[in-house]
Amino acid sequence: MNLEYFFSLFLGGLTRGSIYALIALGYTMVYGIIKLINFAHGEIYMIGAFTSLIIGAALAMSGMNPILIFVLACLAAIVYSAAYGITIERLAYRPLRKAPRLSVLISAIGMSIFLQNYVLLAQTSDFLPFPLVLPNMKFLKPIEHMMTTTQFLILISTAVVMVLLTILIKFTRMGKAMRATSQDKDMAQLVGINVDRVISMTFLIGSATAALGGVLISSHIGQINFYIGFIAGIKAFVAAVLGGIGSIPGAVLGSFVLGLTESFGTGYISSDYEDAFAFIILILILIFKPAGLLGRKENEKV
Amino acid sequence: MKKILAFLLISLVAFSAFAAGQGEGGTIRIGVAGAHSGDLASYGIPSIKAAELVVDMYNANGGVLGRQVELVIEDDVCKPEVATNTAAKLVGDEVVAVIGHICSGATKAALGIYKDENIITISPSATNPPLTKSGEYPNFLRTIAPDDAQADVEVSFAVDTLGLKKIAVLHDKGDYGKGFAEFCKAQIEAKSGVEVVLYEGIQVGAVDYSAIINKIGNSGADGVIYGGYHPEASKLVSQMKKKNMDIPFLSDDGVKDPTFIKVAGEYSEGVYATGPVDTSSNPMAIKAVEDHKAKYGEEPGAFFLNAYAATIAVLNAIEKAGSTDYEAVSAALRSEYVETPLGKISFDEKGDAIGVGFAVYQVQNGEYVELK
Amino acid sequence: MITIKDLKKAFLNALWFIFLTFPIMVMKVNTINDTLIWRWMNMLYIGVAAFVFTLLGKIYTVRKANRSEIVKPSLIQIVNSKMENKKVRYSSLAAVVAIVILYPFLMSMYQTSIMTTALMYVVLGLGLNIVVGFGGLLHLGYAAFYAVGAYTYGLLFYHFGLNFWLCLPIGAVFSALFGIILGFPILRLRGDYLAIVTLAFGEIVRLVLENWNEFSFGPSGIANIARPMIFGQKLKLAQVTNFTYFIAVGLTILTIIVIRRMESSKMGRAWEAMREDEIACQAMGIDITKAKLTAFSMGAVWAGIMGVLFAAKTTFINPASFTTWESIVILCVVVIGGMGSIPGVIAGALIFILTPEYLRAFSQYRMLIFGIALVVMMIFRPGGIIPKIRRSYQFAADKEETQEVEA
Repeated sequence: MNLEYFFSLFLGGLTRGSIYALIALGYTMVYGIIKLINFAHGEIYMIGAFTSLIIGAALAMSGMNPILIFVLACLAAIVYSAAYGITIERLAYRPLRKAPRLSVLISAIGMSIFLQNYVLLAQTSDFLPFPLVLPNMKFLKPIEHMMTTTQFLILISTAVVMVLLTILIKFTRMGKAMRATSQDKDMAQLVGINVDRVISMTFLIGSATAALGGVLISSHIGQINFYIGFIAGIKAFVAAVLGGIGSIPGAVLGSFVLGLTESFGTGYISSDYEDAFAFIILILILIFKPAGLLGRKENEKV
Repeated sequence: MKKILAFLLISLVAFSAFAAGQGEGGTIRIGVAGAHSGDLASYGIPSIKAAELVVDMYNANGGVLGRQVELVIEDDVCKPEVATNTAAKLVGDEVVAVIGHICSGATKAALGIYKDENIITISPSATNPPLTKSGEYPNFLRTIAPDDAQADVEVSFAVDTLGLKKIAVLHDKGDYGKGFAEFCKAQIEAKSGVEVVLYEGIQVGAVDYSAIINKIGNSGADGVIYGGYHPEASKLVSQMKKKNMDIPFLSDDGVKDPTFIKVAGEYSEGVYATGPVDTSSNPMAIKAVEDHKAKYGEEPGAFFLNAYAATIAVLNAIEKAGSTDYEAVSAALRSEYVETPLGKISFDEKGDAIGVGFAVYQVQNGEYVELK
Repeated sequence: MITIKDLKKAFLNALWFIFLTFPIMVMKVNTINDTLIWRWMNMLYIGVAAFVFTLLGKIYTVRKANRSEIVKPSLIQIVNSKMENKKVRYSSLAAVVAIVILYPFLMSMYQTSIMTTALMYVVLGLGLNIVVGFGGLLHLGYAAFYAVGAYTYGLLFYHFGLNFWLCLPIGAVFSALFGIILGFPILRLRGDYLAIVTLAFGEIVRLVLENWNEFSFGPSGIANIARPMIFGQKLKLAQVTNFTYFIAVGLTILTIIVIRRMESSKMGRAWEAMREDEIACQAMGIDITKAKLTAFSMGAVWAGIMGVLFAAKTTFINPASFTTWESIVILCVVVIGGMGSIPGVIAGALIFILTPEYLRAFSQYRMLIFGIALVVMMIFRPGGIIPKIRRSYQFAADKEETQEVEA
C-alpha cells in the first residue's frame, strides 16, 4: 500500500468534506429551526458566488490590491446572500408557516427554480472564470501537490464557522431562543420569544455561511455558472442528513464522512460510482442509525 | 365485445390516416431543431442563425425551384422525450428536411419519427457513430465527422507524435464524452506498446477533482485523454496544473472552443484538442462569418459553419433533384458535390460527409493553433 | 383603503428590492472578455414592480379580510353540487368522452403527442400519489421506477424481441419488485430521512444505468425500440401516434379505476391511517411493514407501466431521462394538483405538463415563470388545485334532509 497516495486521498477527502460542510452548516441550521428542507439553500450559495464575482470583477477593473478585493467581494457576497436569505424566508416560507410541510417544500423548489433562472437571464448561461484568486501561501509550498492555498483556507474557515456557530447556539441569548424555537414554536412564543425574528436570524446566519462557502469554493474550482447550486445543495443535504440533520457538529462530521468516502471510493475503486458511494454510505448509516450519526432520537408521543 | 372494441380501434386509426393527408404548400419548409433554450442552448442557437442566413440568401435570389424557403424552428432542449414531440410538430408542419438535431440522444429519438415519414435529417453536430454506421437511418446525414474518426486522429497523435506509453482515459459519463472515450480506449488497446492505465468517468459538477487527479498521478500515466465538454476539462486541467502535474492533456471537439482557453486561462496553455479541420480561410466561411456579424452583431457560435453547410447542401440537393421528393433529394445529396464553408463536400452511402475531417490543435499563447 | 403608511411601506419595499437585485440585475460582468455593463433601467423596473406588487398584495389582504364573513362556495363545490344531478353528470361525462375520443382526429399530430405525454404524467402522478398522498411517505426517487419500466421494455425488446404488450405487465412486475427492494431497508425511516434515502436510491439506479455499459449500453442508450402494434401490424406514424394516445387514455382510465378501488379498500384505509399516525395505526393492529411495502410497490407499478409506454413512444431511452429532476417534476404534479386527491392529480398533471408546451413562445422566461408560479400557488392554495375532500359518512336520513333544504 502506497502511503503517500493514501495520505493525499485523505487530504482530498478532507477538503471535499469541508466544502460540503460550509454549505451543510446553513442547511442544518435552517432545518433545525423550521424543519424545512430548504432547496433554495444551494441557490443562495450560487448567488453568493455570483455577487462576489460581479463585485470582484468590477473592483478589479479599478486596479485595487487583490487581497483587499477578495475581502471586499467576500463581504459583499455575505451581505447579499444574507439579504436574499431573509427575503426568501419572508416571501416564500413565512406565509406557509401553518401549511402542510410538503407545500413548503414545493415552495422551496419553486424558489430554487426561480433563482436559477433569474441569474441565468440577468447574467449568462456560460461558465465564467472566477476572478478572485489568492496568492499562494509560502508555508504550504512543500505539500502543495496535496493541499493548495484555497483548500487550506476552506479547511480553516469550516473549523472557525463551526466553532462560532456552536458558541452562538450554546452560549448566547439568540442561541437559546433558537433552541427554544426549534423545540416548540408555540411554547417559545408563549415565553416571549419573537419567533419570526429568530427564524429570520437563522436564515441570515445560514445564508451568510453559504456565501462564504460560495466564494471560497468558487475560487477553488475557478469557474461558476448559474447551475452550481443544485448539485452542491443536494450533496450538502446528504451530508447534513448523514450527520443527523439539525445538529451543527453532525453536519460537519457528516460532511467529512461523505468527503472521505467519495475520495477513497474514487481512489481505490472507481470514480464511475463516486456519487453512488456517497449514497450507499448514506443508506447504510441510516439503516443502522435512523436519525443520522449525531442526531437526537426523538421519542414520539402518542 | 372485444371484437367490437378492436374493430372500433382499427377504424379510428385508419380514419386518422385520411386526416393526415399530404398538402403541397407554396413554400418549401425546412425544419431547424435542437436545443434553443436550457443549459445546452449555446450549442443549438448558432444553427438557427446559420439556417436563417442561408435561407435569406436563397430567397433573395428567387428561392429554390421558384418557391420561397421557409424555416420552422423548434426547440428540443436536447432531451429525447421532448425531441419526439418536436419531431411530431415538424412532421405536422410538413417540412421537407430538418437541420438538426444537435445532441445525439435527441437525434436518435427524433429519427424514429423522421424515418417513417421519409424526411431528410442533416445534423451539424450529432457525432455518435451508429447514427450513420448502423445503417438504421437511411434518411440521416451529417456535416461533421463521427466520433470514431476523431478518436482515430486523437490516438494516433498521442501515440505516434507525442510517443505516450501509458495513457489515462477519462470521460464525463455523457453520451458524447463516454462514446468518444470508448473509441479512444479501443484504439489504444489495438496498438502495441501502449496501455490504458486508467479508464474512468468523472462526476460532472463535482466541487473538487483532487481524488481523481491523485489517482492519475498514482497510475503513472504519461498523458491524459479526456472525452467531454469544456467546463469540466478546464476544472481538471487547472487542478492538475495547481498540483504540479505536468503531463499532456488531450481532448476533443467539445473542448476545442475559445471559451475553454478563456475560462482555464494560463492553465490551458499546451492543451491539445481535436476539432474539425480549420476552414476559416475558406472564402465562403469568411463570408458566412461576416454576414453573421452584420446581421446579429457578434461572432458566430459552435457548429455554425456545419449548420451553414448542412442548409446549403439540402437546398442545393432540392434544386438539383428538381423536386422535394424524398428519393430524389436523397440521391442528389449523395451524388452532387457542393461548395460550402467546410469546402467542397458530398455524402457517402451511409450519410457521413466526404471531405470533412479532423485535425489536432494546441493552445499556444492563448489561442488554438492547428498542428500540421 | 390605501393609507400613507402603506405607500411608505411599498416605497421601502421598492428600495429593498433595488438594493437586493442591484449586483445581479444592474451589473453584468463577463469575466471572459473582462467587460462590465451597467443596466440602470433595470433598477427602475424593479423598483416600480416591487412598489406595485406590495400595494396589490395589500389590497388583496384587505379584500380577503372583508370577504371572510360571507362564505362563498368555491368553484369546486359548485361543480360538485351540480354533479349530484344525474342528468348533468351523464351529459358532462358524455362530453368528456367525446372530446377524448375525437381529440386526435381534430388536432394535429403534435397536439396528440403532447397530450399523450400529459396523460403519462397523469398516471405517474396518480402512482406517486399512492405513496405520497395516501401513505404520507415523501418519495424523491420515483423516476427510478420509471426507468426500471423503460429499461425492462428496452432490454427485453433488444435481446429477445419481446413486444410492447407482453412487456407492459413484465415492466409493472419488475417495478413492483424494485419497490419492495427499496421498501425493506427504509422501513424504520421517517419523514425527511426517508426522502433523502429515496433520492439516493433514485440516483443509484441512474448511476448504474449510466456506468454499466455491458448491461444497459450506458449513456448512449438503447435506440430503435419498437412502437406499439395492433395484431402484429406495423402502423404508419400518424396512426401509431393516435394509437399511443389511445393506449395512454386506456391506461389512465384503468389507473383511475384501480386506484379508486384501492383507496377505499382495506389496504387503502391502512395507508391513510399510517399517514395520520404510525404508532396509533400499529396499536390498532395494522401491520405497518406490510402497509409501507404495499404502498411502495403499488406506487411503483404505475411508474413501471408508464416506463414501458415511454420507451415505446420515444423509441429511444438513455439514463438522462430519469434524473432526480424528473422525480421532482412528478412530485410537483402531485402536490400542485392536491395531495391524495385523484381529480386534483389529474388536473395538476394536465396543467403542469401542457402549460410549458404552450409557453414555448416565451421559452426563455418559461422556467422563471414556472418557479414563481410554484411559490404563488403554494401560498394561495397550499392544498393544491383540487384539495382532497375528506370522506365523511352521514346518516341517510340526514342526507335527505339536507337535500330538501337545498331544493
